Amino acid sequence: MAIVTGKNQRWRVLCAHAFLVVLLVVTLFPLAAVISISLRPGNFANGSLIPREISLEHWKLALGFDVTTADGVVMHPPFPVLRWLWNSVKVATIASALIVAISTTAAYAFARLKFAFKMPILDSMLLLQMFPPVLALVAIYAIFETIGNYVPGLGLETHGGLIVAYLGGVATHVWTIRGYFETIPVEIEECAKVDGASHFQAFFRVLLPMAVPILMVVFVLAFVGTIIEYPVASILLREESNLTLAVGSKYYLADQKYLWGDFAAAAVLSGLPITAVFLAAQRWIVSGLTAGGVKE
Amino acid sequence: MKNIDWRRVAGAGVAALVAVGGLWLAFAIHAAGQPVLALGTLALFAAGLYVYVSRTALAWRYLFPGVVGMLLFVAFPLLYTMWIGFTNYSSTHLLSQERVKAYLLEQTVPDEDHALAFTLHPDAGGLRLVLAPYDAAASAPRFVSAPLPLKGDKVATASMSPLPPDIALAPALGTREVLAHRDALMALKLAMPDRRVLVYTGVHDFGPSAAVWRANPNESLTRLDDLKTYWPDTVAGFYQAADGDRLQPGFKVAVGLANYARMMADKEFRGPFLSIFVWTVVFAALSVAFSLAVGCTLAVLLNWEALRFRTLYRTLLFLPYAVPGFISILVFKGLFNQNFGEINGILDAVFGIKPAWFSDPLLARTMMLVVNTWLGYPYFLVLCTGLLKAIPVDLYEASAIAGARPLTNFFRITAPLIVKPLSPLIISAFAYNFNNFVLVSLLTNGRPDFLNTKIPAGTTDILVSYTYRIAFLDSGQNFGLAAAISTVIFFLVALLSFANLRVAARNAGR
Repeated sequence: MAIVTGKNQRWRVLCAHAFLVVLLVVTLFPLAAVISISLRPGNFANGSLIPREISLEHWKLALGFDVTTADGVVMHPPFPVLRWLWNSVKVATIASALIVAISTTAAYAFARLKFAFKMPILDSMLLLQMFPPVLALVAIYAIFETIGNYVPGLGLETHGGLIVAYLGGVATHVWTIRGYFETIPVEIEECAKVDGASHFQAFFRVLLPMAVPILMVVFVLAFVGTIIEYPVASILLREESNLTLAVGSKYYLADQKYLWGDFAAAAVLSGLPITAVFLAAQRWIVSGLTAGGVKE
Repeated sequence: MKNIDWRRVAGAGVAALVAVGGLWLAFAIHAAGQPVLALGTLALFAAGLYVYVSRTALAWRYLFPGVVGMLLFVAFPLLYTMWIGFTNYSSTHLLSQERVKAYLLEQTVPDEDHALAFTLHPDAGGLRLVLAPYDAAASAPRFVSAPLPLKGDKVATASMSPLPPDIALAPALGTREVLAHRDALMALKLAMPDRRVLVYTGVHDFGPSAAVWRANPNESLTRLDDLKTYWPDTVAGFYQAADGDRLQPGFKVAVGLANYARMMADKEFRGPFLSIFVWTVVFAALSVAFSLAVGCTLAVLLNWEALRFRTLYRTLLFLPYAVPGFISILVFKGLFNQNFGEINGILDAVFGIKPAWFSDPLLARTMMLVVNTWLGYPYFLVLCTGLLKAIPVDLYEASAIAGARPLTNFFRITAPLIVKPLSPLIISAFAYNFNNFVLVSLLTNGRPDFLNTKIPAGTTDILVSYTYRIAFLDSGQNFGLAAAISTVIFFLVALLSFANLRVAARNAGR
């Protein structure tokens, strides 16, 4: 590096470190605070960031156990957090698996097959995806109310309905997978076809095994996207035992029933696995975020 | 060869099953009085069958699920929302006219004048119900049912037969024991030998029920007890009498541009609507500006090779992005709580103040921006970091020779070079925050509210959270009005998307 460093370079570095450390403190304060609060007894007590007295009551409640306080009062878990976590994981897993299946097949058609209006269809799918579902909540509610009249398993208050509602958002995934398919040489599939494989066999037995990495990426992206989804889940699900984590968590901080400590434990418990998945996938998540905006 | 045949048979079987299932579903929907929906279902199944059975639609076999998913759950809801925006669909106009008519015609009143007293007698396998006229001449006909379980509140019908004179009945239950079976009795219908159906009319009696309404051939309804006639008013969406009296519930009708007119012309509505609109734009713009400023500064700083621990800083500074939004927003909601929150704890200890973050409009808006900046800067940090790597180093070498200072470097070299690739992403971030429903809904729920508004409206509401409120929360579930506002937002989003594509295309062109 040929840049000449000035005399005040050391001061600048020190200032930069100081600035970054202050910013880190501000940034990480909420996360540190919530861990500390989850270990602090009571739901209202104010205390220092490092708790003077460690109490596991909130954690026990979050994990579904009763807690008996010193004066003999038995506290029951306020909300079924583990049930909500299970609902969230169930819905997100099934929805992401279906999303991967649907978008892989569609991406195959866009990457390999010839048909009329190919680019207009792809473009309009991407364009449609720019309208977030939160704008059409009234219609989505009405649609699932109607569906529920005829197919009860897919109506309001069902996880089936929620999963189906998530299946519309495939355009960006189709785009991502199509891009990957196009980096794989067509010749391999053509060889397979020469050897007598059908279209579907060439796709399923030859192309797919080579595309496993991108399928994993899309699965994780879809999983994270559905597990943190709030608006649609909040109108389709209302019963307490049915909620997903994203919808249920807010009830801890209702004005009438403010359970700050219990919320903190539940938040750490449920937030950690999702955060871990997110961090593991951050590279792809960021590139996925930018993919919709710029085209090649 | 055998193998392929077997598969064909299986395929034909599945296709036949799907066809039968589709026909059955369409028929059920049609039978329920929804011909348009039935037609749509039929079309969907027919298209699916054609695609998977025909040999010509090979590409569509792969496309069908994805395209159908997008059409059904993205495109259709958008169009349907626009349509709802032209109707009066709301909690008082929930049903279609036919359904309202059917609902009214089903209404009955118990006819207490012709009621029969009942008694319950224990018997093997349950309780026998015995009906006797009130004016109890001993010779009047009495009726008896088979032993009934009388549990739960499921609707059930019991057929009554004349009481044989020689039957030995156990003593009747007392009033209290009868009351224990009240739910089951209320759901019970008694089919009399003369085909009348009696329903529970009181603690002691069952009686015939009489219809309240009579349908006339000319679409009007007449109330039987006072012979008052109500006509369907297809403009207001009510059954209405000549004297202006309206029947509840109203029904869904198209109201044209009434919802839009209300948005623009109704003074009491326009006031809060306009301020919410302005706040939405300001909120989205400032959120992007602050996140971009913080993210970009950090990216430049962390790109400086003289600095150590850069990877560590970058990883920790990325954390806010990795925590699920619904959790971090709620964490902030708790931290900002006026009395129990940690932030006010610190402010109180240091400055002796306890700001009311959730009840003062200005503070609430400030808090929203602080939280959203915290949530949003890592995105720009990552984006800018990537863009900075693409800037050739010799530019900085040249500027160092010219004796430029870091700020000059940033504004003369770095900023001009990253602004172009960033611009479409800035527009989409703006569009995202324009519709950042999750933040508002979980942090403030729009509160504090404006005072003196007809429909509750919040000072921290943005357009989407406002429509959600109108549609699903405290404001009388006015779906039509909410859908009309959503339609306005569609056009704004479409405009933003168009700008986005134009900018991206221009960048790619150069």
